[in-house]
Amino acid sequence: MPVNTKAVGKAYAPTHYAVGREKIKEYALAVGETNPIHLDVQAARQAGYADVVAPPMFAVVYSAPAVGPVLFDPEVELNFALMVHGGQEFKWGPLVVAGDEISTVASVKEIREEDGRGYYVFESVSTNQRGEEVARGTWTNIVRGV
Amino acid sequence: MATLNVGEQIPELKVTPDKYLTVRYAGASGDFNPIHIDEEFAKAVGLPGRILHGLWSMAQVARAQTDAAGGPQHLKRLSVQFRGMGVPEQEVVVTGTVREAADGRLIVDTVAEQAGKQIIRNAEAELQL
Repeated sequence: MPVNTKAVGKAYAPTHYAVGREKIKEYALAVGETNPIHLDVQAARQAGYADVVAPPMFAVVYSAPAVGPVLFDPEVELNFALMVHGGQEFKWGPLVVAGDEISTVASVKEIREEDGRGYYVFESVSTNQRGEEVARGTWTNIVRGV
Repeated sequence: MATLNVGEQIPELKVTPDKYLTVRYAGASGDFNPIHIDEEFAKAVGLPGRILHGLWSMAQVARAQTDAAGGPQHLKRLSVQFRGMGVPEQEVVVTGTVREAADGRLIVDTVAEQAGKQIIRNAEAELQL
């Protein structure tokens, strides 16, 4: 059965995320960060940042809520039972710090079939309260046996 | 930071996720998929047991780059492929080799392995120094 590509290009309503100091710390500890700019506001300020700095991969925390509705959109026709997260890319802009307000828009970038697998590629674009793009995520999900 | 030239390896990052790491990462990230936190559920769907979150493993690859480059401000791009499955209580090793270096911009080929098997493969990082 060929994959249905009608959802390609579809964009979703933005999600909003307020970046908290303690959330950054919780995330940083879970991924084993030892750089004090992620953990301690004084260290972050001494290094020239306004507040505790989010590790780059904290992008998953503020952008995943935008990608969730894409996965569950019936128009995308994603078969969860046979899906694996095959690949991920992030491109980063200015660093995110506690106190930032991040808006993320997700869209369906590509749906294609290759060697009996369906590739569902979603994009998330996250901007801060100054309109600067802080992260652009490319989420590749692979469905076996489409 | 240390100078990184073409062909050189970035410092290896080694980390052993403890038994409850996936629970803490689930809380920190918001990804509560039971395959990561529920041993019985994971086995019921054909896995050997609870598996690591791929995005946690990707965060280790990111950390190897930012540690090597001297801070998070240097990491401009990271793309990875997830393969196989990582498991708790086994050491994860991230290695990387500088493939290109020009005008302070580095491209690093990098992978994460566990027990000799790649769990992150074909990863590429772009660093701006």
